[in-house]
Amino acid sequence: MKKIRVVHYVNQFYGQIGGEDKADIAPILKEGFVGPGMQINNLLKDRGEVVATVICGDNYFNENVEEATNTVLEMIGQHKPDILVAGPAFNAGRYGMACGAVCKAVEEEFGIPTLTGMYIESPGVDSYRKYTYVVETANSAVGMRKALPAMVDLLIKLVDGVELGTPEEEGYIARGVRRNYFHSERGAKRAVDMLIKKINDQPFVTEYPMPTFDRVAPEAPILDMTKATVALVTSGGIVPKGNPDHIESSSATKYGRYDLEGVEDLTEATYETAHGGYDPVYANLDSDRVLPVDVLRDLEKEGKIGKLYRYFYSTVGNGTSVANSVKFAEAIGKELVENGVDAVILTST
Amino acid sequence: MVKEIERAGLPVVHMCTVVPISMTVGANRIVPTVAIPHPLGNPNLSPQDEKQVRRELVVRALKALETEVQDQTVFEK
Repeated sequence: MKKIRVVHYVNQFYGQIGGEDKADIAPILKEGFVGPGMQINNLLKDRGEVVATVICGDNYFNENVEEATNTVLEMIGQHKPDILVAGPAFNAGRYGMACGAVCKAVEEEFGIPTLTGMYIESPGVDSYRKYTYVVETANSAVGMRKALPAMVDLLIKLVDGVELGTPEEEGYIARGVRRNYFHSERGAKRAVDMLIKKINDQPFVTEYPMPTFDRVAPEAPILDMTKATVALVTSGGIVPKGNPDHIESSSATKYGRYDLEGVEDLTEATYETAHGGYDPVYANLDSDRVLPVDVLRDLEKEGKIGKLYRYFYSTVGNGTSVANSVKFAEAIGKELVENGVDAVILTST
Repeated sequence: MVKEIERAGLPVVHMCTVVPISMTVGANRIVPTVAIPHPLGNPNLSPQDEKQVRRELVVRALKALETEVQDQTVFEK
């Protein structure tokens, strides 16, 4: 049997180039495996091998999507793979978006299967699960040992063209693809069985889950900005120097509210970022680069806005669970409304 | 967070670099920014020019807040 040729896509961290300080590197092509690719190669045994690895910085990819995708495609094409594997990216937002985008582009360009791995809350899941196979993983690299065998199993099935079971059976996140099959029982009987279970408070699984479109309709615009109170909120982790509330650098469990009374400009001596998911150098030198207090003070003085709300709210949006973010924002929103704020500028890194 | 604050009844403009993530999380008014580690700044510019860039982005954000939108809208200019 012909050996499966796998090309692997990873970010600068798993590609062993460096951390956040190297997140802006352009794509690099390496022969053979790098980082987690070694374990993929081992798990493939004699069925195949990782012939090449493409490494790209997370910031570079997300800030130059088109250019990065083209370069990555060209590098992948050189090695004539049977399948592309990206990640796993776990709960890393930028990395997940990059893995999804690379998989989608490779399927479209070369017509080969692709797969990746992500945590269910990663933004890459919603954006790309329709286009590729996303194996469900834990939310951090702690889950690597479980993720890779599941990914390699699916990889071999995809290349062999084996008919796949349900997403639950195969361990990937449902793509929203519907497939017809013959059930041993008629629909009417299944529906009545389900109804009886429901009446009896017994567990049952629907055959047609309703999609959840959790969208909030846009609020009405501000009619007169010169009278409006504008509040600043950020997920970029800007805090007074020393991080008085000890907001965690990742997977934050809290947010902070900080007084801007008398603050005209955020300086290196007074503010910093608590965020552990991006290179903090630029924000630590001048936190206005994330939270634009200086220009809002100017606009306030010029009468372009009514005023800047006295407090700003900050948390770290790095692997922070959706549940926590919702909780923080509900509390923040309520407080802002009660205090007469009219509009919010929310900045993210 | 953008969505939950808007749900509380306030218009929110999301200023961020990775617009697809902003779309996924359900922001209605989006202003694309400079770069992930410095969305509202550019360390390669002089401090005056950098502040000017920041001001233009914030002014665009205020304009977004003054604009009626029906659906998710990216304010490129």
